[in-house]
Order: sequence, then structure tokens, then C-alpha cells
Amino acid sequence: MSTATEIEYETTIGLEIHVQLATVTKMFSPVATYFGAEPNTLIGPVDLGLPGTLPVPNAQAIHFGIMLGLAFNCEIAERLVFHRKNYFYPDLPKGYQISQFDEPLCGPGNFGGVRIHRVHLEEDAAKSTHAGGSGRIQGSDSSVVDFNRGGTSLAEIVTEPDIHSAEQASEWLRLLRTTVRQLGVSDVNMEEGSLRCDANISIAPKGSTELGAKTELKNMNSFRFIERGIRAEVARQTAILRSGGTVEQETLHFDPRTEAITSMRSKEDAHDYRYFPEPDMVPVVVTTEMVEKARAAMPELPHEREERFIGLGVEPGAARQMSWRPELGDLFEEALKTDDSNPKAVAALICNELVARLEDGDLTHSKASAASLAQLVALVADGKVTSSGSRTVLDKLVEGGGDPAAIVESEGLGAVGGGDTLTPIIQAALDANPDVAEKLKSGDMKPIGVIIGAVMKETRGRADGKEVTKIARGLLGL
Amino acid sequence: MIDAKQVLHVARLARLELAPEDVQPMADELSSILGHIEKMSSLDLDGVEPTTHVVPVEGVLRPDVAEPPLTREVALSQAPKHTETGFLVPSPQA
Amino acid sequence: MSDALIDAIKTTATEQIAAIKAGTLDARELFEAYRSRAAADTTNAFTYVAPEAPAELPGRDTPLAGLPVAIKDLFCTEGVPSQAGSRLLEGYLPPYTATSVQKLLDAGSTSHGKTNQDEFAMGSSNENSAFGPTLNPWDPTRVPGGSSGGSAAAVAAGHAPWAMGTDTGGSIRQPAAFCGLVGLKPTYGSISRFGMIAFASSLDQAGPITRSVADAALMLSFMEGKDDRDMTSIGLREPIETPTRTDLTGLRIGVPEELSGEGIDPGVRASFEAALEEAKALGATVTQVHLPNAPHALSAYYVLAPAEASSNLSRFDGVRYGNRLEAEDGSLIGMYTRTRTENFGAEVKRRIMLGTYALSAGFYDASYGRAQRVRTKIVEDFAAAFAEVDVIATPTAPTVAYKLGEKSSDPLEMYLGDFCTVPMSLAGIPAISIPSGLSEGLPVGLQLAGPAFSENLILGVAHALEQKLGFDTAGAIR
Ligand SMILES: [Mg+2]
Ligand SMILES: [Zn+2]
Repeated sequence: MSTATEIEYETTIGLEIHVQLATVTKMFSPVATYFGAEPNTLIGPVDLGLPGTLPVPNAQAIHFGIMLGLAFNCEIAERLVFHRKNYFYPDLPKGYQISQFDEPLCGPGNFGGVRIHRVHLEEDAAKSTHAGGSGRIQGSDSSVVDFNRGGTSLAEIVTEPDIHSAEQASEWLRLLRTTVRQLGVSDVNMEEGSLRCDANISIAPKGSTELGAKTELKNMNSFRFIERGIRAEVARQTAILRSGGTVEQETLHFDPRTEAITSMRSKEDAHDYRYFPEPDMVPVVVTTEMVEKARAAMPELPHEREERFIGLGVEPGAARQMSWRPELGDLFEEALKTDDSNPKAVAALICNELVARLEDGDLTHSKASAASLAQLVALVADGKVTSSGSRTVLDKLVEGGGDPAAIVESEGLGAVGGGDTLTPIIQAALDANPDVAEKLKSGDMKPIGVIIGAVMKETRGRADGKEVTKIARGLLGL
Repeated sequence: MIDAKQVLHVARLARLELAPEDVQPMADELSSILGHIEKMSSLDLDGVEPTTHVVPVEGVLRPDVAEPPLTREVALSQAPKHTETGFLVPSPQA
Repeated sequence: MSDALIDAIKTTATEQIAAIKAGTLDARELFEAYRSRAAADTTNAFTYVAPEAPAELPGRDTPLAGLPVAIKDLFCTEGVPSQAGSRLLEGYLPPYTATSVQKLLDAGSTSHGKTNQDEFAMGSSNENSAFGPTLNPWDPTRVPGGSSGGSAAAVAAGHAPWAMGTDTGGSIRQPAAFCGLVGLKPTYGSISRFGMIAFASSLDQAGPITRSVADAALMLSFMEGKDDRDMTSIGLREPIETPTRTDLTGLRIGVPEELSGEGIDPGVRASFEAALEEAKALGATVTQVHLPNAPHALSAYYVLAPAEASSNLSRFDGVRYGNRLEAEDGSLIGMYTRTRTENFGAEVKRRIMLGTYALSAGFYDASYGRAQRVRTKIVEDFAAAFAEVDVIATPTAPTVAYKLGEKSSDPLEMYLGDFCTVPMSLAGIPAISIPSGLSEGLPVGLQLAGPAFSENLILGVAHALEQKLGFDTAGAIR
């Protein structure tokens, strides 16, 4: 009989992601919304829930919602129905949130190996800031509410519990973020809160067919926090089960500074949101034209680009990097316009060499043109510059741009090649190292480095090691 | 029909308070109304679709074009309590 | 006040506009006459009277020639108190004007005051106003009906030439009946609800309360129209014509047994039957029709309306507008609870309780869901009836105006008084109440309903009967 401490657990994670849509105006109100405005300057009568005001849905938000559904291979609903979710909170001006309930805009789908449960549209809440004691009542605290964000159009993306580790969650979220950004439906900026993530986490003994009790980790606002938060929660649940306890179903808050997980459960009764169809709105028919318009607006998505790059012969790692970071992919494709004979090497140059030279890997710090990168790869392939020489060329390109061939010339980095030039130098090196020459002659090629080193020293690095080896073998009659 | 306990639960959801002596009368009153309403359960409604709206239209959407917002001064002018920049409320955490 | 002005006030709005246009009546003098009569009103019909006439009145060349209109306090009017009969909104000054009001102003109307009503339109007697009950000008010991009781009393007393009301389950038709006036609830969606403080969104409709059918047609012609700010607004399908019909030859009038038999006071029934005889004399045929589900309409209504209301009234939380009361303990929940408990009247709280219960988990299907299905049956009943007849006639209310306080102790009995008007509200069809005569010296209302968008038809029929019946709508003007 195995004890609890010996049991291995498997983690199951489902994510709920809120994405602020890149609409000019709010979900149900014709008022502009953007980050960073002075508090309470982006509000209209609808946003304050003034008596008599009514919601009218934003066509662009619905267009974006359909694009998300298409990107996630979801079924698109035939009609759009909104419901009211009733609860009292200062950041909820009407006492209800207009959201979708049993008829979401997008039904089941699949994206990046994770099944999508649904995507629906709703309005964002306002923001309150703690204002400290107001003084009038002993010990009382106040908050100041800013309704600028209130009513901003949101898409809520809910996955099935198909994620099994913190790392997988954060990697999948990166793909999601890149895709959403590529679609142009959101700027998905976590600092500004335009992408927010909740995780439903449970653990169960390995091989068990039943999921354990799940907890909901709320509102994590950076990839690092998501990974650390999930890890901390998995550890907490594992410790509870190992010590014979039971995990309680509850909503939790992760504090990234202290790594502490605390319960958000209030003294409130269990929520009873009293969902019912929004009586101020009639259903919106989602027409074929609307879906086709969204389809026509779809750019190539990261996973599609990744597959296309791999088809060109690019290493999978570089293909993923260049498709998840579209600016790298764009540079790559631009370089191929100059010379498309060696996509794999161009991709490697960008992903391994170029990015490493830049602060934060940020392309804006580089002065190297796409054409110059392709030209540099061609120079290496033609043996005009050695790979070590090419690194120096790249340094110069990043620093000041220019033409790689000219840099090779002016810096004297041209490869020294051909028997005529190299043979005497190699012969001199063999002569200067008779013991090495003996070993090589006996078939032990290990000390060939000594000869290559000497030749490199003589040619200031412009010789190709392979060629040196070849000529040396000839000279030694091997 | 509806008992005192349910009345208290509903009042709490609605953010209304009932004096202890008003709870049972409210339960009785609501029960009498609900008793009348209950008569509709005698109808056979199998297969009948719910009517949310009688309006015979497809929903018309709003183009994503901004109108000027309210000035902050106007927005705050009707608030029972406010600061220079926002609406003042007792802290939800308190 | 000059006899000439009193005589003018006893004429209809249409006649007054014609006189202003003809130059025989001065718009400013008339405005001031109405303004001062409203200020001296003893029926408590007004919750606000303009302190003076506008500096500039709309010209004689505008369609409504500067004639004032009394506006139910449920409509938001920019910078003018809009309190919905509630302590919670006492002194509330909206930053915008309701679309329907604005349309009348744009047509050359002005307003000299806002009228009293049952709080948030919840009531049938105007006794549920935080600003005190309104009295019936025909007999000040009696109620004027509700919830648009202030509007009806103001017009009946000659303190306004006409008035705007709102009707959710009979709130225009029943007070018009009690005050000897014409009241029209048009097809749901024909007049924008934007700026009308919501009671029950799927049922609320604005409409005119006037002294003649022609006046109702004229006011409706300017109020109706699609509004981009109200998704449920569609406007009427054809322009409203000035009603001129005097003959009812070939018209098929259906009398539903369910709404005209049991429960109708004998005096009301006698007046109703006499009116039907006059209709026959004009050439109409009168047959019995059936609305088998009509007896369940009240049940459905008293689930649907409170449910929507409970949610619509959640915005009254003391945060952004309205009166607020802090809690002893300084808590947020306490503030919400005190604000709502002490500022809402008993009937409003009763309906919030009823509606919250109907929507709460576990009861939804048996209450809200079932009521929506009953609504479907009612819609079908009317469709079947209108396959056989052109219009449906019923008494507007089962009684004449009752004594103040007579029904206010028993909410259920008060609700039962709406049984003739509620079915049309659920079906969203137009219905007009015109005075059919007197019973015990008090006005009796006759209701005529037609299929959706049949306003011209029912206005025409109502006009023909009005001319034949010859009721004096100036009977209570002193
Ligand atoms: Mg959610
Ligand atoms: Zn959400």
C-alpha cells in the first residue's frame, strides 16, 4: 500500500484570458478608450450607467471577436445574445455586467494544441484605487473610482483543462499573445492590463481519470507571475494532499513579491449572478457576410508562418522564434528577397547571431539591413569570408550598417584560400612543429589544431580550417 | 411559497434591509403574489419558445466611431461624494 | 387670466397650435398661462415647474409652434430635475435629454414642467410617489391612476395642453381613462427609450396623453422614429396621418370575453357596451374573440416586469448620482443597503424583492423562463384574434378612479386592476384609451388595440368613436 507521500501528481490547468479589444470606442458606448488618460475623462452617460441610458454594441468588437474565433478554429454562433450578470460593486456602474452566458459568440475550437471552450464578448469593469482613511468615520477606508476603463470591449477566452504545467501555460500564452497581436485585435500589453489571465488549477494522482478539486488563481498580469503563480499553487495543493488534507475549491490571489497565495473568499453569500437575457438589446444575427469579412481580414497567423518557415528548411527553433516574434520573421522574409538560396543560414544568422548582439534582442538597436544579412550569408557560403570573420562583419553591420563585401575588403577579412597562397604557410607550420607532423603522419589527427592555429595566426584568421586540414594532409602524403 | 429565510437571502442579494418585524410580513405578501403567479404553472408550455423581445428586428450595431465624452466636472457633478478626479466610495475591502 | 385664454386652454393642442399659427393666440402668453396654472396646481401633478418661459420660444413656423408639453418625470431632461418619483433621485440633474423629448423640442415644443408619477413607474394610482400622491381633477378624493398620473392630472385640469407619459403595463392608458383623456401606448420600439428611466426594458414605451385623438396622433408623429442609441427602437413603418375617419363601415371589432366580462364594474361595463353600440351605428361589426391565455398575462407580467426592474434599479447605489446614506460601520455594503433601503419606497422594494427572487438560482426556470413562454402564448393569442378582427376593444380599466388609499394596502388587488392593459404590453402591440362616458360622474376608458404598427388604424377608429361619443375632455378644467 502506498502512502500519500509517495503518490505522484499530475497537474491540470485551464486558462481564462481577458483581452481588451483594440476598438476605438467602448463595447456598448460611443466613447473612446485608451490607456493612460486622466481619470474620469473617457466617460459618457452610458459608461456611468446614468438613468435612461442604453447599450448599443460596437460592430468592430464583434468583428474582432469573430476573427479570434476563426484564429482558434472555433464554431461561430449564428446569433449574438447578451446577458446581464448581476452583482453590486463600485467598479460596475449598472449593478450588472453585460456579458454572454449560454450562447457565446464562439464555441468549441482548438489552438496551439489546447482546446478552446469558448470566446465571448463583454464589457470591462472600471478601476478603483484605495484612497486611505476618509476621516469622517473612525477607521473607515475609501476608494476612488475611475470609470475610464469601464465598458472597454473585452473578449474572454476560456480553454479546456488541457495544460499540464506552468511552463506549458506560459509558452501557450506567448503563442496566444503573438497571435492576438498579429490579428491586430488587441495590443495585448500585460503592463497596461490589455491581457489578463486567470488559471484554474487542480492536481490528481498520476493516471487518475478524475480531476481533483480546482482552485482559481486570479488576475495574473505577467508571464513570469503566471509561471511562478501556477508553480506555487501546484506546490501548495501537493503539500495539502501529501499531508492527507483536501484542496478546497476557492478563488485565490498570488502575490508575486512574497509568492504567498491567499484566499479571496469574502464573507459574502455564494454568488448568485441572476443571469438573464439583456432586455435592452435584441439578438444580433451573425451573418455569413460578417464571418466572411472577418475571414478576409485574417493575416497569416504565427503557427501558419512557423510551418511555412520549416517548409523552407529553417530549423524548428528558429522557425518558432521568427513566427512568434513577427519582427524577426519580417526581417527574415525581407532578407530572402535579396537572396533566397540559403534560408536556413539566414534564419540562423538572425536568431542566433543578430539577436544575441542586441540589447533585449530588440531589432531597433540594429543598423544591419535585411539585404546585408542575406549578402553576408552568401559571402560565407562562397568561402569569401570565414565564419569567424563573418562575426566581425556582423558586429560592424549592427553598429553602422553598410555593405558586407565592402567591410570584408576594408577590414581585410577576406578568406585566404587556394593552394598557392596557403601551401607555403602550412609547410612552414609543419616544419616548425616536427613532433606534430610526426603524429599526423602516423594517422593521429588530434594535433592538427596546432597547425591550424599557426596558419590562422599567420593569416590573421582569414584561412578556412577545413581547407588547411586538407592541404596539410596532402603535404604529409596522407 | 417563500419563507423568511429566503426573504432574507433575496434582500441581501438586492442590497435591501428588512427590519426583523418586517421579514415575515414581506414573506407573506410575496407569497400571496407568488400564489397568484403560480397559476400559470397550470399551462402546458412544452415546446413553447420564450419571448425575450417582441421587436421584429435583427440587432443593429454601432459603428466604432467616438463621440465626445462628458467633461469630468459634469460627470462628477451629481455624485454624492467625490474627489477632484473621481467618485469616492467606502472601500470594498473594509 | 383672461376669459379668452381660459377658452383657448379648453381647446385641444391641435386647435391651440392652429390658433398660434393663425396669429389669434400668442404663444408666450399661452406658455405663461400654463406655467402659472401649473405653479398654482393643487392636484400635486407637477414635481417641477419652469421658473419662467424660455427667453426665446420656437417660432410660429415650427410644427408645434412653441406649445408647451408636460413631461413625465421618468424622462431625463438636461439640467432639469428628473427624479422618477423617487427620493433616491431627488434633485438629480441629467447631463442629457431623452431622445423622445428632444424630438418634440426639435419640432418646436417647449416644456413648462415635469409631472408626478409612481416611483420608477411602479404603480397604478400615483400613490407610490416620494413626492406625495397626485389627485384626480375630476374628484380630488380619488386617484388619477398611474403611473403617469401626474401627466394625466395636469392635462385634465388644463395645466398642460398635453403630456408625455410612459406605459409598461397600462401606465398611460389607465390614468388617461381615470382622467377622461386620450392615452396611446404605441407599438413597442416605435419611440426611442433612450433617456427614459427604465422600469421594465422589454415593455416600457413612451406615448402621449392628450385631450383628443388628433392630438395623440400629432404628438406621436413627432415622438416616433428609430434611434441609433436604442437598439430596440425601430420607429413606425408608415407616417402617422391626421385621423379624419368618421365611418366604421366594414370594421371588425373583436371583444375578448376574458378582458370584458368578469371583474368589470357594472358602470364601466354599461359605458363600454354603449360605446360598442355607437361603433355599430357607425357601421362596425362587433364579435366575440378569445385570448385564452390572457388570464395568465398578469402572472407573466408580474414576473417579467419586476425581474427586469430589479436589475434596472441596481444602478441606484449612491455612487455616481442620487442620494446616498453612509452606514454606521462605514462599510460599502452598508452604504449600498442603507441608500437603497431608506430611499426606495415600499412598492419599489417589494418589486425588487419579487424580481430578484424570480431571477435567483433555482427559481429562474419556473418563474422568469415560464413567464417568457406565457408571453409567447399571449403573442400567439393576439395573432390568432387579429386573423378574425381588425381591432380589439376592451374597457381600459375594470373600475373608474377609486378613492385615495382604497387599494394601496393590498398590492395584489392593485395589480389586478391592470388586467385589461397588460396583455397588449406583453404582445408589444399598440393600444389607445379614449373616454367612453361617465359612470358615477367619473370618466370611463375604452381601449382599442390593433396589430403591431397599426397606429393609423386604431387612431382612425378612435377618432370616429370620439366624434360620435362626444365626451367633453375639458370637463375638469376650472
Ligand atoms: Mg469568467
Ligand atoms: Zn469575463
